[in-house]
Amino acid sequence: MSVFNQPRRRVIQLIILGMTTIIIVRLFFLQVVEKKYAKLADANAVLRKVVYPSRGIIYDRKGRPILSNDVLYDLVVTPRSVKNIDTAYMCTILKIDKEEFRKKIADCIKKNGPVRQTVFMALLPAEVYGQLQESMYLFQPGFELIPRQIRSYPYGAGANILGYIAEISPTMLKDSNYVSYNSGDYLGFTGLEKTYESVLMGQRGIQYLVKDNLNRPQGPYENGEFDSAAVAGKNLRLTLDIELQAFGEKLMHGKIGSVVAIDPTDGGILAMVSGPSFDPNLLTGSFRSANFNRLYQDTTLPLFNRAIQAQYPPGSTFKPMIALVGLDEGVITPSTGYPCGGAYYGCGRPIKCEHHDAGHAANLRLALSHSCNSYFSHTYRLSVDAAKWGGIRVGGMQKWADYMNNFGFGHKIGVDIPSERPGRIPDKKYYDAKYKGSWNSCTNVFLGIGQGEVETTPLQMANAMCIVSNRGSFFIPHFVKSIDNDNTHLLDKYKERHVVAHISDTAYSAVIHGMTDVIESGTGRVAQIEGVTMGGKTGTAENYAIVEGKRTKMPNHAQFVAFAPAENPKIAICVIVERSGFGARYAAPIASLMIEKYLKDSISSNPKRQGLLKTVLETVTIPEAMRAKSKLDSLNSTVIKKRP
Amino acid sequence: MNRPQTKLTQGIDWPIVGLYLALVIIGLMSIFAAEYRGDDNIWQNIIHLNKNYSRQLMWLGISIVIASVIWLTDSKFFTATANLVYAFGILLLLLVLGIGKDVKGSHSWLVLGGFQFQPAELTKLCTNLALAKYLSSQETDFNKLRSRLIAAAIALVPAGIIILQSETGLALVYFSFFLVMYREGLPGVLLVIAFSGIVLVLSALLVDKMILFIIFSVITALVIYFSRREIKRKRSRLLVILGIYGFCSLFVMFVVPFAFTKVLKDYQVRRIEVMLGKENDPKATYNTRQSMIAIGSGGFWGKGYLKGTQTRFDFVPEQSTDFIFCTIGEDFGFVGSVLFIAIYVALLFRIIHVAERQRSTFTRVYAYGVASIIFFHLAINISMTIGLAPVIGIPLPLVSYGGSSLLAFTMLIFIMLRLDADRQMVLR
Repeated sequence: MSVFNQPRRRVIQLIILGMTTIIIVRLFFLQVVEKKYAKLADANAVLRKVVYPSRGIIYDRKGRPILSNDVLYDLVVTPRSVKNIDTAYMCTILKIDKEEFRKKIADCIKKNGPVRQTVFMALLPAEVYGQLQESMYLFQPGFELIPRQIRSYPYGAGANILGYIAEISPTMLKDSNYVSYNSGDYLGFTGLEKTYESVLMGQRGIQYLVKDNLNRPQGPYENGEFDSAAVAGKNLRLTLDIELQAFGEKLMHGKIGSVVAIDPTDGGILAMVSGPSFDPNLLTGSFRSANFNRLYQDTTLPLFNRAIQAQYPPGSTFKPMIALVGLDEGVITPSTGYPCGGAYYGCGRPIKCEHHDAGHAANLRLALSHSCNSYFSHTYRLSVDAAKWGGIRVGGMQKWADYMNNFGFGHKIGVDIPSERPGRIPDKKYYDAKYKGSWNSCTNVFLGIGQGEVETTPLQMANAMCIVSNRGSFFIPHFVKSIDNDNTHLLDKYKERHVVAHISDTAYSAVIHGMTDVIESGTGRVAQIEGVTMGGKTGTAENYAIVEGKRTKMPNHAQFVAFAPAENPKIAICVIVERSGFGARYAAPIASLMIEKYLKDSISSNPKRQGLLKTVLETVTIPEAMRAKSKLDSLNSTVIKKRP
Repeated sequence: MNRPQTKLTQGIDWPIVGLYLALVIIGLMSIFAAEYRGDDNIWQNIIHLNKNYSRQLMWLGISIVIASVIWLTDSKFFTATANLVYAFGILLLLLVLGIGKDVKGSHSWLVLGGFQFQPAELTKLCTNLALAKYLSSQETDFNKLRSRLIAAAIALVPAGIIILQSETGLALVYFSFFLVMYREGLPGVLLVIAFSGIVLVLSALLVDKMILFIIFSVITALVIYFSRREIKRKRSRLLVILGIYGFCSLFVMFVVPFAFTKVLKDYQVRRIEVMLGKENDPKATYNTRQSMIAIGSGGFWGKGYLKGTQTRFDFVPEQSTDFIFCTIGEDFGFVGSVLFIAIYVALLFRIIHVAERQRSTFTRVYAYGVASIIFFHLAINISMTIGLAPVIGIPLPLVSYGGSSLLAFTMLIFIMLRLDADRQMVLR
């Protein structure tokens, strides 16, 4: 029987071989001939993930971190893995009700599906995180805490300088300047965060991850062979002294105005306060947008960086510059005097002077220390009307404007934070347009005492003090002293010394002497610091506002500019306290305290100084109506409470 | 007697044991590869039985114990109890129909304690034994139609019950017994008819009915024209030709559409249509497409063991069970796939060799049954992973994850080895 059926065995074997041959031929086409499957497999399985580097840290001049990265936690959920958890307990911790819990879960599923992780609650406040962390084992594996870097300001100071980061907006995404950013990226919006964005952001890395069928990453692809590592952002080292900055913000509490202190030897900004100030930590974490709106709407305009954006008539603080122009043009000498009897009558309508005793303007020094309006009105007119320029309307006005531009007025100086305003120095064109050719040095004689059309920013005035104390040169004021591992040329322009005109040393000496006299015996005696010679100048900028359609005189802006020590200046400062009257009243004490703090590290225990400090700290100059509506103080206190 | 150890394994066919072990180990490795994630604690997973590979390892242990028991059993036991076992198998299938558990839409699982068990896997063995018993019986004359119908019934009754359990794929395997019956004397014409039937079904699905009808008519007309002399001699020839013509037309016009709308389930129809390229529903093609991407991306040499990106990360559904071949195709490429298939072919040829050396009809029929079952599984399973066949849920013998399947194939093979070892005895 077996023999009879022998060929059938062969048939069956042939059927087996035939079928396997078909399979092998098919496999050959699939695996060897066709190449598309390998590509499809890659598309299937490889996920490109952008790895965000940690942002650069910003240190102050003494190496203290003033803007660093903090870790906050996001609570993420994988909806499908949420099983048998104590929902009620979780709701208690998160301070939400069960209805909201269910809604959030449903939202997560809608967003990312049930198997992928979705942020359930972002950037948990510290106490919620603490509570949750302890009982996390109850909620796992459905819930997890994922660390996220946020910016943190350990000193809570320097908000307007440091700036903040925020998520890129849809309009920015369309802008070609931001092509390298993706939706959801964070970038610097203001301050140093914006200016040095390219340095601070570091280099984003790309990680190729193998993913599974639900796009969940499973591990590195080819052991990370194709990955490019993220490079952390570079750290910035500032010239800012954070203690001085914080001190300045404390002094400016309850006041509107600003303080700018610069190291004249290198142009490094030591402090830049815009009062009232806010805690920059308000603009981090989950409360950012809510807080931003509150700050934005606050009546005291805390987001407005007055140090570089507010423009004031410089008033009497302008007089040293008027003197320098006069000296350089040779229309006055240090010994030139003016017989002021309490007013300047050179242009018909008298310009009042605070002093009327004879000899208070017998020479430049005296005129400066007494801040004689007549003397500087006269000097101004001599300068612009000087014969060698052919009169004010020919070249005199323009020449004067050129001097002022050289002193850093009338244009942006180029500080390394954005939104600087240029101030205003009127020139010939301006008056020709305004007065249609019929004007003379009496039309704008007020320029001689820093009033009228001239406007400067506090930064420009502080910079002008650098020029005076340096006797004719300055560095562009800046915050960043160095960038770690720097290979950019961002800082080059701040290393160059700029020489202002070529005014003689004797001219500077005369002005500096006059300014030291201001402190010794003149209008700024309140600013005296024991053992420190300093030069200064008070100023009172008249303040007009349109009230009910009429130009109304408002309380004056108090100003004070100074530099110290006079012989070897280490700090140049400008203080403006809006609507607080005469310059010596609040602006000079603040400048004095700042200088003492910087030069001596602390305020002396001398009761006179302590009394001054106490007075300044207690003073509130913000008008009652504005203060009543401002929520800034309560806002700031929320941050202090929130932070451990 | 003085060398009992030799005696214990005397007569065992080592090549088959070796090939068996090779396939089981490849299977374990593939299941491991399909599930392995870089940070797994393998030993812990094995101890806790929480991964497919650890459970498969346990089933391998059970299989080896059962294989040893079979090896120690007298071969007469299998011939004697074949019908009883068959009856038991049918009973079990009916039982499942009553109290079975639904797993992934098929009503074919029994739950015993913590374990799930699919009796349909076991009844292959029962049927094979019963068929061998019937064909080797002295009363059976396989040249008679009656015997052939009885043999066919033995094979198809379990298949019918399994279809009722919604496991059409497993039921299909019972058609493999026709290969055994062919070996035992079923006319070769039947193979031709079966082949023609398949062609007919496919053409019915692929070609428009009217066009097909015209083609049939033309062919019939031509056949009548060319054989007009024979028809003149024998009028009945014309009737046969017209009968075939009528049957084919009716089959194509009514039987196939009826089967597709009433008998087969929606998903089965869709799978077949997808395989034939008629439908491009991405959901229905997903399995096949992912499986082809996995295998195709393996290339000539493969990506290397555990380096496959497709199979490891769940792109291919049913990765450890029905689509286990993807792991081999992706990790070991064309070379590995061919070698892997070669192991199967070697096993099949060795079984045929074993079958042909038997003096006992029972053992021969049984061995051919084993070969046919394995061959059907192999051909259909691999064809479906490479897009040659519709997705039919049947495992790759000895390789796919699944305790019932591994145990059933182990028993199939070791009963054969036991019978083969006793080939000097005449079994009835």
